[in-house]
Amino acid sequence: MFQQFNDWYKNRHEYAKEWKERTGGKVIGYFCTYVPEEILYAANILPVRILGSHEPQDVSEPHIFAMFCPFCRDCLAQGLKGRYDYLDGIMIAQSCLHIRQAYTSWDLHIPVDFKYYLPHPMHLQSPHAVPYLTEELKTFKKAVEEWTGKQITNDDLKRGIEIMNSNRQLLQQVYELRKNPNPPLTGLEAMYMVVSSQMTDKREHNKALEELLQKLPSRNLDNPGERLMILGSEDDDTEFVAMVEDLGARFVIDEHCTGTRYFNTEVDVNEDLLASIAERYIKRIPCPSKDWPQRIRLDYILKLAKEYDVKGAIIMQMKFCDPHELDTVAIKKALEKNLNIQTLFLEFDVTVPIGQFKTRVEAFLEIIREEDLF
Amino acid sequence: MLKTKYPTEPLKCWNKAKILRENYYRDFAEAHEKGGLRWAGGAWSFDAIPAGLGEDIYSLTGEPYGATVAFNDKFALECQEATEAEGFARDLCSYMRNYWGSILINKYAWPQFSKEFPKADFIWQDHICCSHSKWYQVASELEGGIPMFSIDVSVGPYEERTDHKINYIVGQMHDGIKWLEKVTGRDYDDELLIKAVKNEFRSCHYWSAICELNKAIPAPLDEKSMYSLYVLGTLRKSAQWTADFYEKELYPEVKDRVARGIAAVGNEKCRIMTDTQPPWAFLRIFRYLEHYGCVSVGSLYTFGLIGLWEVKEDGTWGAKSIPDIEITNRDEALRALTDWNLSKPEWQHFYHPKLKSEMMIRIAREWKLDGVFLHYNRGCEGLSLGIAENRLAIQKAGIPTMPFEGNMGDEREFDLERTMKRVDAFMESLGIEKVNIK
Repeated sequence: MFQQFNDWYKNRHEYAKEWKERTGGKVIGYFCTYVPEEILYAANILPVRILGSHEPQDVSEPHIFAMFCPFCRDCLAQGLKGRYDYLDGIMIAQSCLHIRQAYTSWDLHIPVDFKYYLPHPMHLQSPHAVPYLTEELKTFKKAVEEWTGKQITNDDLKRGIEIMNSNRQLLQQVYELRKNPNPPLTGLEAMYMVVSSQMTDKREHNKALEELLQKLPSRNLDNPGERLMILGSEDDDTEFVAMVEDLGARFVIDEHCTGTRYFNTEVDVNEDLLASIAERYIKRIPCPSKDWPQRIRLDYILKLAKEYDVKGAIIMQMKFCDPHELDTVAIKKALEKNLNIQTLFLEFDVTVPIGQFKTRVEAFLEIIREEDLF
Repeated sequence: MLKTKYPTEPLKCWNKAKILRENYYRDFAEAHEKGGLRWAGGAWSFDAIPAGLGEDIYSLTGEPYGATVAFNDKFALECQEATEAEGFARDLCSYMRNYWGSILINKYAWPQFSKEFPKADFIWQDHICCSHSKWYQVASELEGGIPMFSIDVSVGPYEERTDHKINYIVGQMHDGIKWLEKVTGRDYDDELLIKAVKNEFRSCHYWSAICELNKAIPAPLDEKSMYSLYVLGTLRKSAQWTADFYEKELYPEVKDRVARGIAAVGNEKCRIMTDTQPPWAFLRIFRYLEHYGCVSVGSLYTFGLIGLWEVKEDGTWGAKSIPDIEITNRDEALRALTDWNLSKPEWQHFYHPKLKSEMMIRIAREWKLDGVFLHYNRGCEGLSLGIAENRLAIQKAGIPTMPFEGNMGDEREFDLERTMKRVDAFMESLGIEKVNIK
């Protein structure tokens, strides 16, 4: 049932090349989920998120100091190794310092036709963030128009918004099923499903989701075991998720930018379409780098934990990822003290030490199971 | 003692700088006794704005405080271990960890002024590095919820500024002033704001002018000494005492040193610059360099953290001119302050390393340098951002570089012996031999 998503995820480059050939369209690689894909879809451009390959670092060292997160270095490595040689452009919306370096080093060393650094507010809780971003989106739209030689009309923007919103709605519908006592999908399947949406044409992805939703409610899986949440830094470590679920537990919800944080808020369409898009990116559940002075993200995590009836949470901390390190202590405390949910903190690299993690997860599950017994 | 190539003499205003710094930390500790208010925030925060609350407002800027802690390695370790015990990662900003640790162990780095860590009345921060606002979000939580306001200034390079970017920042500033009135219960005085803005212009201008004098051979100042002087600008750049010290005492004295050929390093025969904050517990590296007749004339960090620069008519870098504008109201003051700060050299690389590489190469050429030491600083993600690309660009420009890894505030991540050996190898590669000095 999820094979298509799995195939898209694993064959992302082949897919994008084939898409280009089939449609004659341009492909843009983007580095952060604050990139307004609506505008790219409006311009008939395929946005694909640049992700790493989970291989040991061997080419990025001269370009990014090793104290920056392995994920940003892994992303750059993909470019240096020529795996994204089909990209017509790259872009980033300003978020954390780490991923910014993947973009800037790519800009310096890997030629592409179009490059765009989208200034993006970090003070999302300020009333001035939406007007500021709206102006930036106007400038960005103009840059895309100049690059493609084609004007982006209001109808185009509406289409872009519709494509993105449909995807968000469909993903949310699938996620609602994960609230069931026996969710009809695994955490691994959910991860393939969401991450693949970041690298395929959303119109095709939406179609696959619609088909999935026809069949999914009647699907019966084995007893889910312990209901877990996974949260933290960028994470598409399918091997880790599979390992945990093989131990008899089930991830029923996530809080990752490769998961709920990516699709959780829709564009509420108002008269000014760019302002509507801006508002969505300001109001979505924030990346920790933009989550201040109040902790919006923390409340969201607690809400998810309650709604999905979570018994344990695994906090995945990408090594050296400062923004998440600045949230972890508060999250751990709140989950344990406010909701009495056990947590397991794991610091990971792009390569996951699966054996060591397995031992720690087994111990974690034993703790939860003991609590269930007594 | 051997006769040196150039005459040397101590700075006459050295003790004054030390006193001003001590006064700053004492005033913060004793603010409440005088009926004043305390605020905490970063060294880049717009300190001219809280100045509008009155003449009795005292700040504690986090980075210089973190560096002060770092200089005292035993105290720093105590702070760091307390922070780690609380669950925070060891690779986070080391200034921030030193600061949080001070809160957690409730000890002030200046025990002669306060045994306990003085709690701020409010937090006034700005945000360009991911750790800036999060630092004080956590600090506020650790201290039981201090009201906090932070202004996002990360709107892109100065050359790409637009009206809507300025409006975004100025809008936050206006909101911030209303917030300050609300949390302090005081009325805001725009005249004090305007005065502080003008002081900031003077402080930044004259600090750059002082650094510019270091183009001279021999260099009148060495970077180790500059650290004790630039710090005043990181404490209160908008204070009258900072501006007056730079304009009326330090600048004339350094100018006089240049005129008389007074050197910071008597046997100067090699000139370098560094990059990012130094490992504060190991400033003796700079004394070691003197064995090679090597002077570090500064860095983009010491020049551009507070100093502002512009390209002059002859194409060289010089101190940014004090704006020739009339400021008559709050909005004008805030706009002037925004434009001024957005041109800060150390804010540019947050968007692209090439902007920093260009400035570093310019310094290397105009200050006639033989090489560049790059501190791959594990303690600061903000200023280490793009440093590997800077290294490649500087090398490509034909300037020798010596990268070394360390941490500005956590001595556990610095290997002194290995760094000294690297210095030896680098000097050998430049063909420079040790000088026999005492």
